[in-house]
Amino acid sequence: MFIQNILKNDTGGKTFLLLLLAVAVIVPVFNLLLPADHPLHFSTYTVTLLGKYLTYALLAIAVDLVWGYLGILSLGHGAFFALGGYAMGIYLMRQIGDRGVYGNPELPDFMVFLNWESLPWFWLGFDHFWFAMLMVMLIPGLLAFIFGWLAFRSRVTGVYLSIITQALTYALMLAFYRNEMGFGGNNGLTDFKDILGFSLQDGGTRIGLFLVSALALAAGYLACRAIVNSRLGRVSVAIRDAENRVRFIGYRVDHVKLWVFTFSAILAGIAGALYVPQVGIINPNEFSPLNSIEIVIWVAIGGRATLYGAVMGALLVNYAKSYFTAALPEVWLFALGALFVLVTIFLAKGLAGVFQRFGQNKA
Amino acid sequence: MPLFYALFFALLLIQPAQADISDSSLEKALPLLLEKDFSIKAQAIEQITQSGDPKAKAILEAMLAGQLFYHKKDKRIVFLKKIDNNYHMTHVLSNEDLGVIKKRKVKKIAINNQLRSQLRTAIAGLSLGHQDPAVRLEAINQMLNNLEAEQASIIKTYFEKETDSRVKDVMHIALSLTQLKQDDPEQQLQALEQLKANLHPSVRNRLRQLVEDEHTDAQVKQVASSYLNAIETKTYWYGWLETLFFGLSAGSVLVLAAIGLAITFGVMGVINMAHGELIMIGAYTTYVIQQLLPDFIEISLFIAIPAAFLVSGMVGIIIQQGVIRFLNGRPLETLLATFGVSLILQQAVRSIFSPLNRSVETPVWMSGSIEINSVLSLTLNRLYIIAFCLIVFAALYFILKKTSLGLQVRAVSQNRQMARAMGIRSEWVDAMTFGLGAGVAGVAGVALSQLTNVGPNLGQAYIIDSFMVVVFGGVGNLWGTLVGGLSLGVANKLLEPWSGAVLAKILVLVFIILFIQKHPRGLFPQKGRAVDNG
Repeated sequence: MFIQNILKNDTGGKTFLLLLLAVAVIVPVFNLLLPADHPLHFSTYTVTLLGKYLTYALLAIAVDLVWGYLGILSLGHGAFFALGGYAMGIYLMRQIGDRGVYGNPELPDFMVFLNWESLPWFWLGFDHFWFAMLMVMLIPGLLAFIFGWLAFRSRVTGVYLSIITQALTYALMLAFYRNEMGFGGNNGLTDFKDILGFSLQDGGTRIGLFLVSALALAAGYLACRAIVNSRLGRVSVAIRDAENRVRFIGYRVDHVKLWVFTFSAILAGIAGALYVPQVGIINPNEFSPLNSIEIVIWVAIGGRATLYGAVMGALLVNYAKSYFTAALPEVWLFALGALFVLVTIFLAKGLAGVFQRFGQNKA
Repeated sequence: MPLFYALFFALLLIQPAQADISDSSLEKALPLLLEKDFSIKAQAIEQITQSGDPKAKAILEAMLAGQLFYHKKDKRIVFLKKIDNNYHMTHVLSNEDLGVIKKRKVKKIAINNQLRSQLRTAIAGLSLGHQDPAVRLEAINQMLNNLEAEQASIIKTYFEKETDSRVKDVMHIALSLTQLKQDDPEQQLQALEQLKANLHPSVRNRLRQLVEDEHTDAQVKQVASSYLNAIETKTYWYGWLETLFFGLSAGSVLVLAAIGLAITFGVMGVINMAHGELIMIGAYTTYVIQQLLPDFIEISLFIAIPAAFLVSGMVGIIIQQGVIRFLNGRPLETLLATFGVSLILQQAVRSIFSPLNRSVETPVWMSGSIEINSVLSLTLNRLYIIAFCLIVFAALYFILKKTSLGLQVRAVSQNRQMARAMGIRSEWVDAMTFGLGAGVAGVAGVALSQLTNVGPNLGQAYIIDSFMVVVFGGVGNLWGTLVGGLSLGVANKLLEPWSGAVLAKILVLVFIILFIQKHPRGLFPQKGRAVDNG
């Protein structure tokens, strides 16, 4: 009932959630029940790949929420994604225990390698899953809160905000490349063994992670849709379209922006936390400004301010990326660059806009 | 039998030496080095020193360093150098490469301590008597690091004859330092008076030793420590000056990279993410010009500057006409589209020139340094970068303030509608402004090609820094970019010794992020009544 209420007048969203449900059922079933040589069989590799795409889709929704509905073009959302990923990565590192190369039960390999005596304070507590999950949300959320509190209060807007978000993720990238930070330097965190006692190499765990990603995506979508439909969402759209007028009417623009921005960062953090166990590594490259801009292009191609468009864009671009970087590596950057240019000039509303126009014509 | 062969080869070696009279004394002396008797070797060294042959010094130095060997079989004397675990032979006289050899086939020409000191004296004499003052200066500077008593008398003889003032100064230091080594406090005080306020590092080291040594005479110690303090204060300030110079040159690079952006972003309001790639194109233009004109490396930069301006400017106009024109007034979309352009340009360069870095040669006049004193020397390429940055800035400032194009650019940026009403072709002005900004980026690329690797990622490395400089300085203000860039460069270099290069960069970024919160319009905000619409 509640869900139906949220999805009222959201045909795109309904279609998307039904498709997601279908995929979430079909993929594991085909993976487990069909024999490996069957043409419709999904290998575990494919399942993991799809799971990775789903986390990207969640990240894209987070960006669409702030860009599409609030008008903040964040070029630093990759930072929140990566921070969530690092929080998960630290938990997974603690689960290795004494199975590392050096066999040290107390310290991860890279700390042994750096001759560290004991665990740094910010690693404490990550042995517990619930604590790590709390941090997955808290760390990106806190960073977004502080950053947003400073930026929105002093009315840094538009291009300026985009550039300083980019500076933020760039600064974090440089910081995480340093060995002294205690996050594994440029190698990052890797060689994970298991999560909650389940081996990460196991096909069943992979399917479990895939399902959790699908569930998180659906929940994230519903939450964002609920926000967008609420009064908060309507004020957000008003801020996007005419910030000063909203302020003059008497709304606290900075508060609205701050809460939506922080929520979006938490979503990105969760996406990152689900991403890391599936790809098996997190390194500072995830902070690179290029990654953050790529997320924006997923949203732009899919269509801003639709939410399901962001999902579509994330899936399509990443599928194209996987295909091109394997088949025609030279072409990929040309294609991605051309996509940026063509979509911004000719498809201001993205693919979702094309579908909407198509639907209206029929009606 | 082997002995016979050995003698035969040794004769072969000596044979041409006797035929050629000019080299004879050196070549006659060489075989004597093979003798076991050290006194004969001493004679040989004496003869080599007297020979006046330009090769003599290298031979004696190799002997001192234990790099002079002879071939066990044919008794040829060779230089032996270890490169990648292989021993390479070079002929001492012809400098001809004789290839790789196993170490047990050769034997080192042994020396003892007495010979060592004789060699040092001989080498000192040879180098101090050299014709080139630069060689003499280097030689005397090297002697300072490890001053031996026997060298003092030689230095004294050459001190009288010396004509070059810089060499003479250092010789003077050397003589005073040897005087300081004597035990007589009277002599030491005299020497200290000579060395007063001298910034040469060896003086500082010696004074420090003197102060720390318990056996030093109390009065000498007091004088020495007061002079040492004076020297250290001076050195400290010169250190600051050097940091400032490094900072200004690093800042100039930032200004060069950012100033094109200050025009496209600051004046036109267009976010050009492909700006870094326009810089990259300028750097590659320099590379191509050097490839086309390999005989004119010395003047290649002067050809490259206008060429890079034209090439990058043309690419800029194409970007403006092909992409940005259609996105008028939508800055965030422009940001994305130009980012796409930057990806295309990067990949294009990768496909044409390969992903590897290309090396751009530095002309000879760019290398070297100006030595102000022994603790402060300014490298020429940094000095040129600062000068170049100021020239480019002045030129741009002149164009924007004093030409009719500049007038039109400012008019369009202040009020497009009104400018159009006054008959300014705003679209033509847009294209020209963007072309100007892009061209300046290309010129910055020429400068950067002299400092960093020229590769497809060159632009990416500078784009964020450039935006930071423009935003920090204040959009729409060229002075802001200059002051902002220079101060960020200096701040970076001031932090570096304390925090390390990467942390310094992070701190500067964090500082800018916080600064923008306090002053959202930058260091020098544009004054006016313009408010965001909405």
